Amino acid sequence: MADASAKQVLFEPIFSNNPIALQILGICSALAVTTSLNVTIVMCLAVIAVTGFSNLAVSLVRTQIPGSIRIIVQMTIIASLVIVVDQILKAYAYEISKQLSVFVGLIITNCIVMGRAEGFAMNNPPLLSFLDGIGNGLGYSVMLLFVAFFRELIGAGSLFGFALMPTVNEGGWYVPNGLLLLPPSAFFIIGLAIWGLRAWKPEQVEEPDFKMSRHTTKEAF
Amino acid sequence: MEHYISLILKAIFVENMALAFFLGMCTFLAISKKIEAATGLGIAVVVVLTVTVPVNNLLYNSILREGALEWAGLPNVDLSFLGLLTYIGVIAAIVQIMEMVLDKYIPALYAALGVFLPLITVNCAILGASLFMVERDYTFGESLVYGFGAGVGWALAIVALAGIREKLKYSDVPEGLRGLGITFITVGLMSLGFMSFSGISL
Repeated sequence: MADASAKQVLFEPIFSNNPIALQILGICSALAVTTSLNVTIVMCLAVIAVTGFSNLAVSLVRTQIPGSIRIIVQMTIIASLVIVVDQILKAYAYEISKQLSVFVGLIITNCIVMGRAEGFAMNNPPLLSFLDGIGNGLGYSVMLLFVAFFRELIGAGSLFGFALMPTVNEGGWYVPNGLLLLPPSAFFIIGLAIWGLRAWKPEQVEEPDFKMSRHTTKEAF
Repeated sequence: MEHYISLILKAIFVENMALAFFLGMCTFLAISKKIEAATGLGIAVVVVLTVTVPVNNLLYNSILREGALEWAGLPNVDLSFLGLLTYIGVIAAIVQIMEMVLDKYIPALYAALGVFLPLITVNCAILGASLFMVERDYTFGESLVYGFGAGVGWALAIVALAGIREKLKYSDVPEGLRGLGITFITVGLMSLGFMSFSGISL
């Protein structure tokens, strides 16, 4: 069973238990970086690395942390990892790190990292926690790449910076839809993606707060 | 003075933390089901932002930034890589102190804020504002005004969303869109509305 559960831990978060669509985690720093695929991929890699290693580290020390200060310990581990990622990006991908601006730093408060450290890594062995971190990072990345794909394709007519549909400004035929590069579009795309995901997996549909009751008076007729 | 007014208006409307930068989204979506709760959280965010951004500004300018340690005889030390760790530490500490102070001196407000106060530590809007402050090189006065403005903008957005969601729960939403999905689309429409402020410049 060990193999099966490891696989489950790794792949479950991608669709069945997607951190963004179902757990409402990590939307904070996610949407602002999805205007182009290049930047998004770097962000995804950063998040996968941080969730994976923070889960691993937290899980390794989980028996030593006193319960009352565990949040601070987790926070310190996560913040240190993010600093490492930030410095690496500044050293090797300076242009992209400029575009990501404050959002790399915001991985610290990304609820996915904290949520998985607290919810999974505190009670599970290191290897499994590491896989869980990677899996959740992947689930986050799938959603992000999906959003970025549409935003860059429709908003700028290109993918990874290569022009697929030549825009009017450059003498082509495609009139780019500028709205897709602006913040509101990200909300719409995620909303619609959630709709799609729930149409495919109906067990994720939320219970309604109220049910419409039938008409009891005949005034309407 | 004019400079500060322009800064505060920009922070509230044009660069709204929640709707233009997507910061603090998790709590924004999770706690916006009831207006009272949203208002409590909004006030807490305003207070915490108004305190933490200037404090982080002082720390950055007098200890972390390159050459800032000159007064200690260390002109070549650049500690800015410790920034992230420092800011989050400061935020966690200030939230904790505020909790104790409020509990002792203003119990009514403490009771009203309840569980939201500790939650604020992991709200990205708080850390985000500090990071923006560093990136844009604000002075102490500017950071105070910016912190307040950013908080008010966020509070405004969450209260407005809670108002819409309270009405929305009586509507007949398609099954898959129910809950989170329709909330995202509502926020998108709100964000579209707030974009109309982007032309304002004072």
